[in-house]
Amino acid sequence: MDSFALLLAATLNAGTVLAIAGIGLLINERAGILNLGAEGLMLVAAIAGFATAVHTGNDWLAFCAGAVAGALMAAAFGVLVIWLNTNQVASGLALSLFGAGFSAFVGVGYVQGKLGDRPQFSVPFLADIPFIGPAFFRQHPMVYLAIALVVGVSWFLYRSRPGLVLRAVGESPESAHALGYPVRRIRMAAVMAGGALCGVAGAYLSVVYTPLWVEGMVAGKGWIALALTTFATWRPARVLLGAYLFGGVTMLQFHLQGEGVEIPSQFLSMLPYLATIVVLVLISRNGAWIKANMPASLGKPFFPGS
Amino acid sequence: MIKLEARPQPSRWMSLASPLMALAITVLIGVFLFVILGKDPWRGLQVFFIEPVKNLYQISELSVKATPLILIALGLAVCYRSNVWNIGAEGQFVAGALCAGWVAMQAGPDTAWLGRGIVFFVLIGGVLGGMVWAAIVALLRDRFNANEILVSLMLVYVAELLLSYLVYGPWKDPKGYNFPQTITFLADTRIPRLVPTLRAHIGVLIAAVAVAGFWLFLFRSYRGFALQVGGLAPAAARYAGFSSRQALWTALLISGGMAGLAGGLEAAGPLGQLSPYVPAGYGFAAIIVAYVGRLHPVGIIFSGFLMSLFYIGGELAQSRLGLPKSLTGVFQGLLLFTLLACDTLIHYRVRWQRAAAPSNVTKAA
Amino acid sequence: MTFASRRSLLKAASWTTMAAAAVLVGCGKKEDAPPQTASPAAAPASATPAKAEPLKIAFTYVGPVGDGGWTFAHDNARKALEQEFGDRVVTSFVEKVPESADAERVFRDLVGQGNKLIFGTTFGYMEPMLKVAADSPGVKFEHATGYKQAPNMRTYDSRTYEGAYMAGVIAGKMTKSNTLGVVGSIPIPEVIRNINSFTMGAQSVNPKIRTKVVWVNEWFNPPKETEAAQSLINQGADVLFQNTDSSAVLQTAAKNKKLAFGWDSDMTAYAPDAHLASAIINWAPYYIQATREALDGKWTGGSGIWWGVKEGAIDVVSISDKVPAETKAMIDKIKAGLKDGSFVIWKGPIVGSDGKELLAKDAVADDKFLGGVNFYVKGVDGKVPAGK
Repeated sequence: MDSFALLLAATLNAGTVLAIAGIGLLINERAGILNLGAEGLMLVAAIAGFATAVHTGNDWLAFCAGAVAGALMAAAFGVLVIWLNTNQVASGLALSLFGAGFSAFVGVGYVQGKLGDRPQFSVPFLADIPFIGPAFFRQHPMVYLAIALVVGVSWFLYRSRPGLVLRAVGESPESAHALGYPVRRIRMAAVMAGGALCGVAGAYLSVVYTPLWVEGMVAGKGWIALALTTFATWRPARVLLGAYLFGGVTMLQFHLQGEGVEIPSQFLSMLPYLATIVVLVLISRNGAWIKANMPASLGKPFFPGS
Repeated sequence: MIKLEARPQPSRWMSLASPLMALAITVLIGVFLFVILGKDPWRGLQVFFIEPVKNLYQISELSVKATPLILIALGLAVCYRSNVWNIGAEGQFVAGALCAGWVAMQAGPDTAWLGRGIVFFVLIGGVLGGMVWAAIVALLRDRFNANEILVSLMLVYVAELLLSYLVYGPWKDPKGYNFPQTITFLADTRIPRLVPTLRAHIGVLIAAVAVAGFWLFLFRSYRGFALQVGGLAPAAARYAGFSSRQALWTALLISGGMAGLAGGLEAAGPLGQLSPYVPAGYGFAAIIVAYVGRLHPVGIIFSGFLMSLFYIGGELAQSRLGLPKSLTGVFQGLLLFTLLACDTLIHYRVRWQRAAAPSNVTKAA
Repeated sequence: MTFASRRSLLKAASWTTMAAAAVLVGCGKKEDAPPQTASPAAAPASATPAKAEPLKIAFTYVGPVGDGGWTFAHDNARKALEQEFGDRVVTSFVEKVPESADAERVFRDLVGQGNKLIFGTTFGYMEPMLKVAADSPGVKFEHATGYKQAPNMRTYDSRTYEGAYMAGVIAGKMTKSNTLGVVGSIPIPEVIRNINSFTMGAQSVNPKIRTKVVWVNEWFNPPKETEAAQSLINQGADVLFQNTDSSAVLQTAAKNKKLAFGWDSDMTAYAPDAHLASAIINWAPYYIQATREALDGKWTGGSGIWWGVKEGAIDVVSISDKVPAETKAMIDKIKAGLKDGSFVIWKGPIVGSDGKELLAKDAVADDKFLGGVNFYVKGVDGKVPAGK
């Protein structure tokens, strides 16, 4: 039972990165922008966060640095796809590749960097409840912040005016433009906000999850976060669920190995990726359902005054 | 303030100048980076761009690196022109290498009569392997609407893990001291070299033929035309009766086959065996090659060599100048980025505007 | 997408060629500058040279120099080499050279730059080095952890299992849950042997322990190593060991208030509270000897060495104060025994995890047996991945 509680705790931890990045991408996609550069964004933010933590010793400053780095990279992407109307897929890929190279380049001096002793967190009283305590209440504050973020974004999208405008821009930018909303600026704001969140996720990875910097350390989590938004049919709460699901599958494969399960480790390692495919298929099966849920202008360029 | 004004028609001149401009900007930023790192920028540029073409050996090495890039990029060009976003060429490359490797491992005394001809079957194996892997993506998109970007990408990881399983397990060389690698393929199955002393192999010739073939397909064949219309204007294509389903399968099978062919050439050529190190990132670099080459077969030749230049130049810069290896990745990403930015100038003109003209209608009440 | 007309294409091509030619001509005047170290490279065309031309030595690494583990250890030895021989040698290195077809190009380039002694520090360089060695008879090649040799190529390796055994002794003493965890890299004989040796060492002081193993299938991947380590801790392991190259496992142990070891290099600084000891590899003695042989003209290829504690290549250092003094004394005794040959780790009876006896009582395993280890000893949970 104890190890199961710990597995749950590890799942929460692993899922947080995916959740925060997933929400960031969700904001992007709700405004109609497909950002395939998440992987590169997270990498640049990871090194920015790690470097900040090394030099200042302050984790929260590191998260801010990650957010800023993510927002800046996303802004560059935003200029390309929103103002210059370049192809979103190609631009996102370019961002990913550039981010990977740039982060490796900048991070060369930090590969042996060490951060100070990592603090332990636990919620007083609640952490001592048997089973539930170790499972849920001994997490880094960011885990709880991620949950709060989901609630907040949910409220923003469905219960606030700006959120409504954002969704409108994503469904039909032409109509929003006709109504007088500055579509491109709204999209840019969405892109930068999403980039900042991906940046926080990246910084969390290098400062809390694995307090080390190594190139390529995001190792595909950016792509899985992208898959998450489709899996969640663009609803924040489902992003969180999906993130925990994937985090769980990742930890499960190591758990199974340790238990001596006889499946070759490579097949166990495939589980998260196969799970993503299966989930994508299940979700996308109903074409009508997807159409009903996907922001209609996702991936399409917008030309004001055309 | 800068305003972008749509051109009446896309500028031919810019579509050529844009990649060159992008390259120039990338080089400029590169010089800047060299200076930051405290290295002589001219020396850096020379190592990156001149050294790799200095002599025949280097050019042969360039071609060894460029061949898989060009082959994969040709397939991707067809895909992207058809608006099918195959990001998983790396996985199809690995799948092709696996199949080609399997065929090569069947070689033995009973196939000796084939002699060198077995290479043909090895390459067919590669093509088929890549096609099957891409077919999975096509099937899932066709039947279940699953986004091909994500599926093809996830399959990359699956392919790499499958390779790992096979070389650690069933395909491991029994005489290899338990190290994860297959037997070294027999000499007959190895891709013939152009010149015995250099590593350039017939893949170069195959790539040249492929370039011609793809040019004919894209610009002189009905099918190619239909594919491109489907990519540019799906509604018009439907109206004309071009099946988008056919387009999907054609595009994916072609690009999968090309990636698999490249994988087979690598496995049976420079590598000579299967090991966990088969995936070399060509599938992803080829995406840049395809774009920088304007999705055009001839352009892809140039961009393929340019990309190889970056790779090899980066290696040389590391061993000769002590520059970090990640510089190669920075240059490649930067090139694509700047290319996309410069590409806007094909469709738009830059105009200076005096005052900020009210571009937004006043908000409705 | 517009496609260029033939004329514009020709125009662009001719401009590009002319530009390239101009640059070529302009830069062709510069000679190839010497590599990054300060010492003189080519012999000047002057009167009698004061001393012999320095020996150019090159190192190829599979990982980054800053990995804090495998490559870091090699690079430290390279620096020790420079210190030992001063300006009789000029060293350089290339890092992150993948174990693939690209490696061949790097080796050829190193040969082309005048290096006469080249070290390849990972198994995957074996085939490329062999090829380049065949084409460069005047250059000496040293390959780490391989098994193929040539007249101008030889192999060297370290008995990491000795360090693993000693770590196991400490682990066996320090564990309270009697469950040990190992984060495995790639399931090759060397790593499996280390897992077994670790287990045997722990069993020698604590027969009740069990070892759980989780494989990350890579040498170096800190996030994965973290997850693997966490999973082991979740399953009850309170002392962790690793065969991977980063400090992630140690740091994860620290986060969970468990104990762990450093591997390849001294990792105390990464997590002093969790660090029990580091099983390190010291390549310096071998590198210095090889260089000396090359300088004195006594270098011969076609053979392989396998050095351990006896030759100073393996050691367990920075043993924490948490470890009781009697255990520290035990470690010292084992080291002394390994040095003078009186202590043998792989001595029968050795029983596999399936119960079969693999080495009879009092039989001593020879290097061939050790080289082919692909079984788990009793006490290790699970089965060797894809092993027979």
